Amino acid sequence: MSILSLVKPTVLELENLHIAYTDHGHEQPVVHGVSLTVAAGEVVALVGESGSGKTTTAQAVIGLLADNGRLTQGTIRLNGEDITGWSQKQLDGIRGRVVSLIPQDPTSSLNPVQTVGRQIAEILKIHRHVARGDVADRVVELLARVGLSQPALRATQYPHELSGGMKQRVLIAIAIALQPALIIADEPTSALDVTVQRRILDLIDELRREFGTAVLMVTHDLGVAADRADRLVVLQGGRIQEQGRTAAVLADPQSRYTRRLLADAPSLALKNFRPAPAADLPADDAIVVTDLVHEFALSGRRDSFRAVDGISFRVRRGSTHAIVGESGSGKTTTVRDVVGFQKPTSGRISIDGVDVAGLRGEPLRQFRRKVQLVHQNPFTSLDPRQTVFRIIEEPLLNFEPVKAEERTRRVNEILQHVGLPASVLQRRARALSGGQRQRVAIARALILRPQVLVLDEAVSALDVTVQAQILALLETLQKTLGLTYLFISHDLSVVRQIADTVSVLQGGRQVDSGRVEDVFLRPGSDYTRELIAAIPGQANHDDELELFPETAASYRLLHATA
Amino acid sequence: MSTPFIYSQAAASSQAHGAPFLPTAWARLQRTPFTLVLAVLVIGIVAAWALVPGWFAGQNPVQGVARQQLLAPDAAHIFGTDGLGRDLYARVVHGAVHSLSGAFVAVVVGLVMGTLIGLLAGAIGGWVDDLLMRFVDVLLAVPALLLSLSIIIILGFGTVNAAIAVGVASVASFARLVRSEVVRVRRADYVEAAFGSGGRFWPVLWRHVLPNSLTSVIGLAALQFGSAILSISTLGFLGYGAPPPTPEWGLLIAEGRNYLSTGWWLTTVPGVLVVLVVLSANRISVAFSNVSRGQE
Repeated sequence: MSILSLVKPTVLELENLHIAYTDHGHEQPVVHGVSLTVAAGEVVALVGESGSGKTTTAQAVIGLLADNGRLTQGTIRLNGEDITGWSQKQLDGIRGRVVSLIPQDPTSSLNPVQTVGRQIAEILKIHRHVARGDVADRVVELLARVGLSQPALRATQYPHELSGGMKQRVLIAIAIALQPALIIADEPTSALDVTVQRRILDLIDELRREFGTAVLMVTHDLGVAADRADRLVVLQGGRIQEQGRTAAVLADPQSRYTRRLLADAPSLALKNFRPAPAADLPADDAIVVTDLVHEFALSGRRDSFRAVDGISFRVRRGSTHAIVGESGSGKTTTVRDVVGFQKPTSGRISIDGVDVAGLRGEPLRQFRRKVQLVHQNPFTSLDPRQTVFRIIEEPLLNFEPVKAEERTRRVNEILQHVGLPASVLQRRARALSGGQRQRVAIARALILRPQVLVLDEAVSALDVTVQAQILALLETLQKTLGLTYLFISHDLSVVRQIADTVSVLQGGRQVDSGRVEDVFLRPGSDYTRELIAAIPGQANHDDELELFPETAASYRLLHATA
Repeated sequence: MSTPFIYSQAAASSQAHGAPFLPTAWARLQRTPFTLVLAVLVIGIVAAWALVPGWFAGQNPVQGVARQQLLAPDAAHIFGTDGLGRDLYARVVHGAVHSLSGAFVAVVVGLVMGTLIGLLAGAIGGWVDDLLMRFVDVLLAVPALLLSLSIIIILGFGTVNAAIAVGVASVASFARLVRSEVVRVRRADYVEAAFGSGGRFWPVLWRHVLPNSLTSVIGLAALQFGSAILSISTLGFLGYGAPPPTPEWGLLIAEGRNYLSTGWWLTTVPGVLVVLVVLSANRISVAFSNVSRGQE
């Protein structure tokens, strides 16, 4: 940092911003008086749970509020100019040129019927940034700049030919094409694998340093914010709970809400492993998987694709085994084999001594009482037309008849177990929050009193606080009901917290396995090491912490002179 | 839009802040598109004609009055009279029940048979799917009117038979739509979860797949209702439907054809009516599909 950092101009200034959504004639305020600034070259993270108003605030800056959203009060100044109340046409003049957006979901943010080259060229042409003849060269240059290999080839490809990380790089190329003063990154890596996430965040960092761009990063992941941001703004319910320098906020959070967020974030939690299981656990294995191989036939070709290639693991009754890997590692295929949704090509899966692969028809149906699956996304795993009561009750209707009163009693009992009030029973799933829905899905899985619960990324779609609650719930349920968990995750920090043993998968092969502590402290493969290094929230703020609690000015001065 | 990356948010850019409104029924009515209100009104009136024709038209629709032949529309006979001196307004009102009930039967036949075929094809898959859908392809390959005529020749003439014939001709479109919906819903996580908790094939189909597949089918049913009225009128016009003197709308147009030069109202009034009802049914069907899309 140089002395210049003291006089960095303010790029974005939000003053007392109020935003409301109109819903069925009612104006519902969602952002209440948010004020913040972002200086040139600075990364400010807007942190909060879903519904905290962080995305709404960011959308307001770039004039992209939904049709029913309205800025009711406050001012937005960009480079000193008041852009509050500008028309879409006026905003068109600055979008891309002065402020640009890196959207959350790279898959739905690119036009599927145009090559990525054309989509990058479009922004150059609209703003007449470069001479017409140079556009193609500039596109290739930009693609190279964001770290895509063979940029000239990439420019001619369509979005579906690129991976998620590559698409996000293309979107970053569009965002930086005109070297805007401010980039708004709306959960830029939430849809990506951890190692890809790390590379994308590194790239944003690098570009920021190179061009001195200001970055307003919207994220629910405190780990990411802690690593990447200079300052944190913590939002809850549309109000700023706390803002300040990252190191200061992390070391000494002022608001209770921030403290809870910090406690709930698995990546920032105390790096303790789960205590070894009690000695009184039965010593037998609930799940034994031996040399599991699963091949998928490729359509129109003779050869096949091996999604799972010789995986073996054992899970002791009453313990938790985690399967970790990125997308395409074969973890979902493994799970679907274990719960009997598909048959493996070879290998043996034994649950409670029963060979799953050999089951068909009625025996398979009976087997399902032992093993239940909880899906990743609670927004798609519950029938939108049914009430919560009917959803939870349904498994009981599938086996020997249970009397109606008995069913009601068991539904109520399980509802208490998962910590939901009885009032949700008559509601439909869409009236519930994500956390409540996942509790309903867990209740449905538990009502048959299974021995093994398979959780397929069961907390990945949830906010950190909700995630922490669900993880705590799973702990309690395991203790009281003696459940065995097979826990699938891409998030190593969650695994560290909840699992006893772990298998790390890469490209269908098991590259590491054993007790969680052993794998984390003595990883057996480079890939595991890379995964562990990619866990966000490991940035070292120690040097800054020593300065705390001195004022920010003297802090900067010290740094500047150092 | 200056930036291509906002592809998914393009719709959000056309900002229009509607004026604040009171959440009353009147306000809701004002928010409803005018054409939709009109369409509901047309269908409502025609439905009322079909249910209680006596309340709307006192004159006998079948018995003619001497020396009142071919009177042009005036205060006494707002739609005029026909060649036998029958009041056209009364005939149109009393005819509504034939066209509407015919269309209703046709839609029910198409809906039930089509849904069954689509459900089986989509849910079972494999050779069952191939067999059923190729059969549906054959149905689609034959022009609907030709198909209806063939069926009616097998079944014999009459209002109900005409309705069934029209219904069978629409089975193919229902089957295709239902199949595509079933294939989509079958892959949903909640269906997998239902199987995962020990659900048997048919109960899961009945409890989850069918109800969640039917939303867009309602829109198609409304659309088919309109075209069924048109088809039944066509069959009536050609003489395959209800026999005279039934005041069925298609038949009215056919009879009026003989007086095209002297009594324009005899063809125009029932013709315009058929057009209005069909357009209204289409408009309502669009509203249905908008609602089901909004839910997703």
